[in-house]
Amino acid sequence: MAIVVERKRLSWLERTYLPQIVSGLYITLKNFFKPKVTLEYPDQYTSLPAGYRGAPTLVKDSQGREKCVSCQLCEFVCPSKAIKVVPGEISADSEYAYIEKAPSSFTIDMARCIFCGMCEEACPERAIVLQTEFSLNGLSRSELLRDKRSLYAAGGILPDKIMKWKKVKDNSELEGSH
Amino acid sequence: MEEKQRVNINVNGGEYSVEAGQNVLEACRGIGVEIPYFCYHPSLKVAGSCRMCLVSIGMPARDRATGALLKNEDGTAQIAWAPKLSIACGTKVAEGMHIVTDSDAVKSCRQSVLEFLLLNHPLDCPICDKAGECKLQEYTHAYGRENSRYVERKNVKPKHVDVMGKIMLDSERCIECSRCIRFCEEFIGRSIFGFVKRGSRTEIAVYPGGDNDSNYLLNVVDGCPVGALTEKAFRFKMRPWFLKVTDGICAESSAGVNTRVWSRNGEIYRVTPRRNDEVNGMFMSDSGRYVHLRFNDANRLRQPRIDSTSCDLGYAVSRCMEILKLGKVAIVANGWQTLEEMFVLGELSKACGAEVYMVSHLGEDDGKLVSADRTPNMRGAFVTGLLKDYPPADLSLLAQKIDSGEIATVLCLRENLMGLGLTPGHFKAAHIIYCGSLENPTSASAKICIPLRSEFEKEGMWINRQWRVQKFSKAVDAPDGIADDSRFLLSLLGEYTSSSWSDTSVRSIREAMVSRITMLSGCADVGPNGVLIDSSSFAGIEFPEGKAYHFKGQE
Repeated sequence: MAIVVERKRLSWLERTYLPQIVSGLYITLKNFFKPKVTLEYPDQYTSLPAGYRGAPTLVKDSQGREKCVSCQLCEFVCPSKAIKVVPGEISADSEYAYIEKAPSSFTIDMARCIFCGMCEEACPERAIVLQTEFSLNGLSRSELLRDKRSLYAAGGILPDKIMKWKKVKDNSELEGSH
Repeated sequence: MEEKQRVNINVNGGEYSVEAGQNVLEACRGIGVEIPYFCYHPSLKVAGSCRMCLVSIGMPARDRATGALLKNEDGTAQIAWAPKLSIACGTKVAEGMHIVTDSDAVKSCRQSVLEFLLLNHPLDCPICDKAGECKLQEYTHAYGRENSRYVERKNVKPKHVDVMGKIMLDSERCIECSRCIRFCEEFIGRSIFGFVKRGSRTEIAVYPGGDNDSNYLLNVVDGCPVGALTEKAFRFKMRPWFLKVTDGICAESSAGVNTRVWSRNGEIYRVTPRRNDEVNGMFMSDSGRYVHLRFNDANRLRQPRIDSTSCDLGYAVSRCMEILKLGKVAIVANGWQTLEEMFVLGELSKACGAEVYMVSHLGEDDGKLVSADRTPNMRGAFVTGLLKDYPPADLSLLAQKIDSGEIATVLCLRENLMGLGLTPGHFKAAHIIYCGSLENPTSASAKICIPLRSEFEKEGMWINRQWRVQKFSKAVDAPDGIADDSRFLLSLLGEYTSSSWSDTSVRSIREAMVSRITMLSGCADVGPNGVLIDSSSFAGIEFPEGKAYHFKGQE
C-alpha cells in the first residue's frame, strides 16, 4: 500500500528561493578558497599508497639477473587464467647456467588480469611484483598481451638482499666452515 | 585359488585381520593406515635405508621359564614393546603383533628423519621437475618441521649430470634411498648406479665405462622419490599439476603394459607406467614411453583425399561406399585396432563377403615388457573372428589375388601396403582405400584416403599376450577433420545391413560385442586390472611371444 507523505507547506520567504540561493553560493565561495582535492589527471599523477596493486611485472635482482625460474606457480594460482609461462632451460654458455631454468616465454594478458596479487603471493622467488602502473590501454586485445620483454621493461630491478641462487662452486670453498 | 593364511594384528588400538607374510607397511596400507616411506618399493627388495617408516612394534609377552602368554591384571595380553622403533617395511606381520603409528615417539622420529634428509637438500623445488609429485615435499608438509635449524653451509655435489642421454642426475637432491641401484640390479639385471664417497658426502654415480644403457632405464625416474633422477625428454616441459592423467595401454607390443598418459591442452607430455601387478608391475620400457611421437604433426594424415585432391569427409565416405558396393572387396585389418572396431569390421566383412587380411609385425622379444608381437591387439583379431591362423609378414596372397582379378577393391586400415608386397601396379589394378592416421607411401598413391584417430585419441579394449582384455581411455582430442574410427566403420556397415546403429558410441558397440561373442561375456566393464579370458579354443595357434615378465609363454 502506498504511503501518502504529507508535504510541508513552504513559508513565504522559502517560496522566494532566495535564502537557498544565498546559502548555496556561500558553500561555493567557501570551497573557492580551500586547497584543491582533484587532479588534472592525465597531466598530473597522484602518489599511490604503499601496497597498491597495479599491473604485475617481472623484476630482476640487483645483479641484473632474471629472477623468474618458471616454476609456473603464478600460472597455477591465477584465478583469471591471465598468465601463461613456457618453461625453458638456461643455455650452457650463460653465466647463470647453474640455475638451469628460466622462462622461455612469459605472457600476461592484461585484458584478463584482475589485479588480485595472488601471483605475487605465490611466487617463491619474488620475481613477479604488482607495481604502481594502473593505466593500461590498447586499441586491440593483442596490445594488452604483455610478453616477457615488456614485463621486464615495466618491472626494473628489485634490490633484494637475499641471494638465494648465489653459487658455491665446490666443497673446497667450504673447508673450515664445518 | 588357495586360501591365504591370515593373522590378527592390532594397529593403533584397533584389531584387524590381515594376510600373513606381508610386511607391516603393506598391512597398514591395506587397512587404511598410512606409513610414510622413501626407500621401500613394492616390486624391489627391502633396503631399510631411509628410516622414514619407523613405528612402534610389540609382541605378546611370554613367561621366559614356561613360555606361557603373560596377562595384565584385567586379563588382556601383556605386550612387550620393542625398546626402539622398528622399520615397517622390513618387519613381517605376526599373530598378535601390536603396531603404533601415531605416538609422539613415532611423530618425533619422522620429524627427525626428515630433518636429516633435508640437511643437505638444496630445496630448489621451483626449478625441480619432481615438485608436485615429490615424496620428500609431500612428507615434509605432512610430517616435517616448520623451519630449519641448520646454520652450516650445505654440501655441494655434482648436478646436471647426463645419464645415457635419457636422464638428468642431480646428486644434491638425492636422499640415498638406493631404489635406482636396486631396480637396475633386480629388474635390468646389471649394476648401473652405485654409491660413491661416504657419510654426508655420499652420492649416486653411474659406473664408468661399460654398457650402462638399457631399454628400462627410465623406470628409475618413476622410482626416484625425489628429483635426483629426472627424465630428459620431460625436462622443464610442464609441471605435473597441470597435466591431465588418463589410463592407457602401451601400444608398443602385445605385452599390454598399463600406462598413464599425461596431457595438457591436447598435447601429450609424457607416458608413465601404471601399476598392474598381473601385467607389468610398476614398470614399462623406455621405447614405449615415446610411442605417441609416432603421431607427431609432421607425418599426420589430416585431410580426406580422393585421387590426391583434398575433399570433404562426408563426400570421401560416400565415394568409399560406392566403390565398396562394386564388390570383390578385401579388407586389410591391423593389430592396433580396438576390439570394438575389429568386431564392426568382422560384421562388415560378413555383410559384404570380403576376405580379411592381416600382417604380423614382429620384433625381438626382450623377455620383459616388449614382446615379439609389436601389435597390441593381434589376439583381438582371433576373438572377433577376423583371423584363424597367425598372419604372415606380408600380403603376397592379396597381391596374387589382385593380379588374378579376384580382388578389385582393398579397404586398408593403417597398414602400409607398399611395404608389404603390393606394387604401384597393384594400386592401378585395384581401388585402394587407405584409412589411417599417418602419411606413408600407401596414402600417397591410394585412391581414397580417410584420416583416422591414433590410439591416444580414442577409447577401446585390447587383448594382450596373456589373453587379458584391458581397456584404455581417450587421452587427447583428435585434430579437426579426422574421422571417428568406429563411427566410420559403422557407417560403412549401415550400407549393407538393415540394422541401424542409432548409438555409435564405443560403449554401445562394446555391449553388442559382449552379447554376441560368448568368450567376451565378462568384459562389458573390465576394470583397471583387465579380465583374463578363456583362450583354450586358440590353443593350436602358434604365437611368437616367449616367456617374459609375468608371462609364462605358450605351453
